[in-house]
Amino acid sequence: MTPSTEQIVSKDIEDQAVQATGFEDHHGPAKGFSRWLYTTNHKDIGSMYLWFSLAMFMTGGCMALLVRLELFQPGLQFLEPEFFNQMTTMHGLIMVFGAVMPAFVGLANWMIPMMIGAPDMALPRLNNWSFWILPFAFSMMLMTLFMDGGGPNFGWTFYAPLSTTFAPPSVTFFIFAVHMMGISSIMGAINVIVTILNMRAPDMKMMKLPLFVWTWLITAFLLILVMPVLAGVVTMMLMDIHFGTSFFSAAGGGDPVLFQHIFWFFGHPEVYIMILPAFGIISEIIPTFSRKKLFGYSSMVYATSSIAFLSFIVWAHHMFTVGMPLAGELFFMFATMLIAVPTGVKVFNWVATMFRGSMTFETPMLFAIAFVVLFSIGGFSGLMLAIAPADYQYHDTYFVVAHFHYVLVPGSIFSIMAGVYYWLPKWTGNYYDEQMGKLHFWLSFIGINITFFPMHFVGLAGMPRRIPDYALQFADFNAISSVGAFIFGFSQLLFIYNVVCCIRKRNQASKQVWEGANGLEWTLPSPAPYHTFTTPPKVD
Amino acid sequence: MQTEYQKYYVPKQSYFPIVGSVALFCLAFGSGSILTATGGGADLGMMLLFVGVLLLLFIIISWFSTVAAESRQGLYSLQMDRSFRWGMGWFISSEVMFFAAFFGALFYIRVLAVPWLAGEGDKGVSHMLWEGFVNQWPLMTTPDPSLFKGPEKIVDPWHIPLLNTILLVTSSVTLTLAHRALKLNHRQWTSIWLALTVVLGITFLYFQVIEYHEAYTELGLTLASGVYGSTFFILTGFHGLHVTIGTLMLVCILVRVLEGEFSAEQHFGFEAVAWYWHFVDVVWVGLFIFVYIL
Amino acid sequence: MNLNFSAIKIISSIISKLIVIVFFAAPAAHADWQLNMREGVTEISRAVYGLHMIIFWVCVVIAIIVFGVMFWSVVYHRKSRGAKAQNFHESIYVEIAWTVIPIFILVGMAIPATTTLKKMYDSTESDIDIQVTGYQWKWRYQYLNEGIDFFSSLATPKEQIYNQAEKTSNYLLEVDNPLVIPLGKKIRFLITANDVIHSWWVPDFAVKKDAIPGFINESWAIAEVPGIYRGQCAELCGKDHGFMPIVVEVKSQVDYDAWVIEQQQAQIAKAKSAEKRWTLDDLMHSGKQIYAKNCAACHQSSGEGIAGAFPALKGSPIVQGDPNEHINIVLNGKPGTAMQAFAEQLSAAELAAVITYERNAWGDSVGDIISPRQIVKFQQ
Ligand code: HEA
Ligand code: HEA
Ligand code: HEC
Ligand code: CUA
Ligand SMILES: [Cu+2]
Repeated sequence: MTPSTEQIVSKDIEDQAVQATGFEDHHGPAKGFSRWLYTTNHKDIGSMYLWFSLAMFMTGGCMALLVRLELFQPGLQFLEPEFFNQMTTMHGLIMVFGAVMPAFVGLANWMIPMMIGAPDMALPRLNNWSFWILPFAFSMMLMTLFMDGGGPNFGWTFYAPLSTTFAPPSVTFFIFAVHMMGISSIMGAINVIVTILNMRAPDMKMMKLPLFVWTWLITAFLLILVMPVLAGVVTMMLMDIHFGTSFFSAAGGGDPVLFQHIFWFFGHPEVYIMILPAFGIISEIIPTFSRKKLFGYSSMVYATSSIAFLSFIVWAHHMFTVGMPLAGELFFMFATMLIAVPTGVKVFNWVATMFRGSMTFETPMLFAIAFVVLFSIGGFSGLMLAIAPADYQYHDTYFVVAHFHYVLVPGSIFSIMAGVYYWLPKWTGNYYDEQMGKLHFWLSFIGINITFFPMHFVGLAGMPRRIPDYALQFADFNAISSVGAFIFGFSQLLFIYNVVCCIRKRNQASKQVWEGANGLEWTLPSPAPYHTFTTPPKVD
Repeated sequence: MQTEYQKYYVPKQSYFPIVGSVALFCLAFGSGSILTATGGGADLGMMLLFVGVLLLLFIIISWFSTVAAESRQGLYSLQMDRSFRWGMGWFISSEVMFFAAFFGALFYIRVLAVPWLAGEGDKGVSHMLWEGFVNQWPLMTTPDPSLFKGPEKIVDPWHIPLLNTILLVTSSVTLTLAHRALKLNHRQWTSIWLALTVVLGITFLYFQVIEYHEAYTELGLTLASGVYGSTFFILTGFHGLHVTIGTLMLVCILVRVLEGEFSAEQHFGFEAVAWYWHFVDVVWVGLFIFVYIL
Repeated sequence: MNLNFSAIKIISSIISKLIVIVFFAAPAAHADWQLNMREGVTEISRAVYGLHMIIFWVCVVIAIIVFGVMFWSVVYHRKSRGAKAQNFHESIYVEIAWTVIPIFILVGMAIPATTTLKKMYDSTESDIDIQVTGYQWKWRYQYLNEGIDFFSSLATPKEQIYNQAEKTSNYLLEVDNPLVIPLGKKIRFLITANDVIHSWWVPDFAVKKDAIPGFINESWAIAEVPGIYRGQCAELCGKDHGFMPIVVEVKSQVDYDAWVIEQQQAQIAKAKSAEKRWTLDDLMHSGKQIYAKNCAACHQSSGEGIAGAFPALKGSPIVQGDPNEHINIVLNGKPGTAMQAFAEQLSAAELAAVITYERNAWGDSVGDIISPRQIVKFQQ
């Protein structure tokens, strides 16, 4: 797809409209803080999402460091158990809902309109609303830490009845915070879908869409289908806590396990919500730096769709030990194993893209390659978890913690960093410092493996998760993990420094930025002007 | 090929979103404070809740009137119209999933949980803990009646619920007739049919209130009467809430019709409300079958 | 709403402690460490271990192939080596191959997994039935036919946990009353919970089953080697989730039978202790220990509780008021809260002691004695 610079001639009825109404369309950014508060511009909103996500990543990361600090040695030295549980819980919640999801929405905001040749997101005011709900929701959630009885301490999966009858009073605020996040995600997802389906440049056929756009389209469907279910289940919790219902209490005829079914019906698609856009980013980056077209474009699209479909029928693999009937257990085991097939197709396609390419290894590519390897390792341990009889030994141990950090940290987080490095020159108009980027990569890569690889061992050896203190045989590996966590954590300072410098220092980037880059966004000047594609570009 | 492109309208800066977020925050924090109230928390909560509701109403009203005004000024292209359609469509899908969660809970409880507790099926050993508990639906005696006292009687589906079904189905028909009339530009008829729809909606709500009142005072059927009461009220309650919102929206478009808005060709505001109403209607049919009859 | 800045307090205390540990850290006591899953001592656990190893090696082989190709490309197809990009980007045959081959591998995995799973689900024809109930934060074992019923809680002293004493080798994995089972018999576990969800896990048996309040899950094991096997609660169950280990002693049939008789006699002796005459000092003395073991986890040894979660007993109107109300809440607990019924956990003498202790400790002495007889009377 090499879009020509000539654009479709448009009959400008807008001038008349401007005269008639005083509405003006060609404004640049407004001055001062109101630019951010009132904005309707997809790039502004994208930036706000990304900054917010970074703030949450730091918050959640510091909580993880507190957890690692306590686990550095056996015995209780820093945190009391009740506070430890709050840290684990908040870490999970903040990373999932505050760091990863908003970062992807931020990238979607920035890139989707530029990639499909749209003037903006389809519903710009709604877009801003989706964003601004988040800081309020998370402030409320963080405030619970200072309330009597402390904040959420029941794990990010908040199983009833620990999260209902036995929860601290602040759980009510937690529930409302989840409602708000849900509203935000649903509105955001509607916006993405409508933008992609309705705002493409006229010749941008569906099967020409960049893969980042495709994966986001499918992610948005997942969001719309599962966020309301999460809202439903927290509403039932609220009813059980305050209005005497008994959804999750056997004494009234309900079942605590019902909670888990509904939660994971949301929760499993949720983990794919955190990885599909990552697949998209990686599928953009690898071809660019291999200087070769993506291998198997259409099978990538089908694989993504199959993953999304399968994600709805595997939820109970989180509940193998909960005492399901045998038939259920078998069904969920088989369905879960199947997911390895489309995911494998993706991995093979990436490898085939690199094969016989002409590769260079700038920072985004380094992160992308690490993604392919480390995500696959996480996927392999996922597949092991899917073997139900073996899961009896893995479940709720650090083996699971190792699994999901491998898919989430060098998976989702690395892909986000890769994406930021990749598009940063387009956003700011400047190149970032490549040397420092590489240093950041290597430190992160080493740190991450030191942190999470030993968790496989302690998990298999029998260390349960969510415990503030452990038996002596787990001591060595925990100490190693903790050291790794601090290496990884502090090396993120380089990232922040690099991004800030890139925004401030002048180091003019070209239009194309990367030699092998392809797609509409690279036809725009760097930095991309405040308004782009007010008339659709021509695509061929 | 060169086509004429009507510019996509990107609104300029707007304070609605940020104020809307503040409103939601006040609403949430206020309700939270009331529910967990200790000491002065409840007063503060009430105040916040009040402020939140007012702000939210203000934002909804001004937001929608801005959209209507922009539409009147001809700022919206056909493409914009499609955006709204897709948007509304997907919003309704998300609502469907919201109800799906509650229906799912109902099926799980009826098909699995209650039989298990009563000693049937794969996890029937659980009966050891609840001797004497029997599987029945509606659940008149809960496993532990000292904690959750079951209802004494249940709602008879063939009285008020049947009536309500007829009311809502009819209202869907009248709304479709109103839409037809609007398309044929018979504005008189549009308002008449629309007004009738509103009346039907309000009547439905009136009967719903009566039914709840009876449930609490005469049937002993409450939120706290075990899982039958829980599922009954959460499903009918959220449905009722949606009917209320739907009715309010119908009133809004009725006013707009009376003010001469909506053309025979372009009347997305009208259609959006109609879709919503039909959705609420379909949910009711599901409720009638699974909550009341079966 | 009351704000309490415990978070800030904790953070400042962390900083001070960090300084201490960096400069004065003693190396942690060491024990053997292991890298892999335990093979265990039952047929099932060995089958599970086998499955684990097969799938592990399958993954390793696939990983070597895939990453091998990738790194080969990374090395040889780099621009700096003058590699020119080819422009193939599709091949239907290759794509079909790498869709179908993984499916076969997976089917190969699914078959043994299914067989093992089916075996795990067959808990019929058991020799001994034991009901296992999770409590916050201890386990209760009821032998359904032998009439044995006891609680099992963490035996590691607080001093070890708070680094004031050397940690011993079974740190956190030791209990006061282990579960005892005979060798080679099929034991059926009926697993449930009293308050929140727990999970009963003994790695050497490959048994992990969630304990769901109000429902019963079944599991079973036939231990083939005598010995002591240790596990932990595996489902987050609140504050002391990390402190409710499981210890199972597998004994020969003879030793087991002797143990059963011993237990049955002990149970009778316990019931008799209610008849003894107790002085305030006796009661306070044993009450203090019972309190530390059973109540301090929530209400804290200072009696001050944890604001927002567990009420303070010090200065509580119930503790200072009508003894009957006090007895009532301790014996029957309060359904729907973390306050459990202690009538079935403690003997009348123990209950009397702990209640007396509460009424007279922490400086707000009510001065009365609750005698075991009073408890017995209250129970009737
Ligand atoms: C981004 C998030 C993400 C992703 C992508 C995945 C991907 C997968 N996950 Fe994971 N998972 C989580 C996040 C994620 N998971 C989280 C957060 C939890 C814990 C939640 C909690 O309890 O707190 C969890 C827990 C979890 C469990 C429950 C464990 C337990 O609690 O006992 C299971 C069990 O089946 C599982 C399985 C899988 C599988 C099979 C995949 C598959 O999609 C992986 C597929 C990928 C591959 C297999 C690798 C590449 C493939 C090839 C190279 C092809 C050839 C391979 C073969 C044929 C073997 N996951
Ligand atoms: C996307 C999600 C995500 C991410 C990115 C992470 C990142 C990390 N997680 Fe995460 N984790 C979860 C999701 C995630 N986690 C979830 C869902 C759970 C389950 C929760 C539950 O059980 O309920 C969990 C649980 C969990 C546990 C288990 C806790 C327990 O069971 O008790 C541990 C323990 O080591 C841990 C560690 C870490 C570490 C060290 C990182 C590191 O990668 C973090 C590093 C990042 C930073 C440190 C911040 C950035 C740093 C700076 C900006 C520099 C400035 C910092 C300083 C000056 C300190 N996590
Ligand atoms: C797992 C936690 C837990 C344990 C262990 C526990 N309690 Fe409690 N206790 C509570 C909770 C929670 C309440 C508050 C119940 C309520 O909401 O009224 C409570 C309330 C009480 C009260 C009433 C106090 C008041 O002012 O309301 C007394 C007395 C009491 N417990 C005594 C004991 C004794 C004696 C023991 C040990 C033998 C004990 N508790 C063990 C959690 C616990
Ligand atoms: Cu009991 Cu964890
Ligand atoms: Cu999953």
